[in-house]
Amino acid sequence: MTDHKNKNPFIKYFRQDRLPTIFCSGCGIGITVNSFLKGFESTDLDFDSLALVSGIGCSSRVPGYIKCDSLHTSHGRALSFATGLKVGNPDLNVVVFTGDGDAASIGGNHLIHAARRNINLIVICINNSIYGMTGGQISPTSPKGSLATTAPYGSIDTPFNLIDLVTAAGASYVSRWTTAHPLQLSRSIKTAFNNKGFSFVEVVSQCPTYYGRRNNLKTPIAMIKMFKENTVNKKKADTLSDDELLGKIIVGEFVNKQRYEFSEQIEELTYKKTEKKPIRKSAY
Amino acid sequence: MIEINPEFCKGCYICIEICPKSVYAISEKSNKKNINLPAPLNEKDCIKCHLCELECPDQAIYVEDKND
Repeated sequence: MTDHKNKNPFIKYFRQDRLPTIFCSGCGIGITVNSFLKGFESTDLDFDSLALVSGIGCSSRVPGYIKCDSLHTSHGRALSFATGLKVGNPDLNVVVFTGDGDAASIGGNHLIHAARRNINLIVICINNSIYGMTGGQISPTSPKGSLATTAPYGSIDTPFNLIDLVTAAGASYVSRWTTAHPLQLSRSIKTAFNNKGFSFVEVVSQCPTYYGRRNNLKTPIAMIKMFKENTVNKKKADTLSDDELLGKIIVGEFVNKQRYEFSEQIEELTYKKTEKKPIRKSAY
Repeated sequence: MIEINPEFCKGCYICIEICPKSVYAISEKSNKKNINLPAPLNEKDCIKCHLCELECPDQAIYVEDKND
């Protein structure tokens, strides 16, 4: 069908019969996927060992487009399925693509407990501050005062700070970047792949269709400019007061601290009780 | 050489904003979706940083390292 040959460096990882993607023009999910693939390329891992898991939402369509083992599960339960996958076969590199509604609202419980267990997963949370797929309702991470279909006078709630939530629950690697920082994001994903434990990477992304249009940021360019102007690195943010940080997005690496990992402990326990190594079923 | 796939481009123009050397501009050429495609009009200024490849949400851009 395509007579024009696409030589983009990331296109070889995609299921090309599904392209072009369903995402709106200027959606941040594509940028996150590019950064993820660049970060993955810079590690020495085998592409066949990668398994992507997702729940429901715009961001959860990603595993359907990438040519590796993928699992599209029920709403908010991606982390439960991923935990099962990782414990069943610890050789897999399990990555969970999730949105802000999927991770913080419907699957909030699973998020904190996966972080508490410190299971060796990577969670990439594409936070676009709105429920994009269902028509632009307020999500748990919508900033105070932002407009949406369910908040015509502006949101009155204080948003969730996912970084603080996951840090408090005990994740061993936590970082936050925006779609205006693709290189830092890919480096952060590389660190997450090398980290043994629960890694949480939050990507503040744009939804020009539902968030931007209602909040005076009509084009994807306006949203990317807003990210560039309103981000403060963590090192600088530590020296600023709360009033100065109002409305700013703090980016950077928040936690990088190793501790006991869940799937390894399960293996040790099995060996101790049965004196046999646990059976691993792998397709490769 | 810079190639833009007309079938994949959705016309978000992030490439125009993100390029540090202002290589891209909106052209007269349009694709099937009636979107005016961006074009590398100042291609001689390109420093091959590959940022546009990374920031294109629809995997439509390819930047060749060698100059012809």
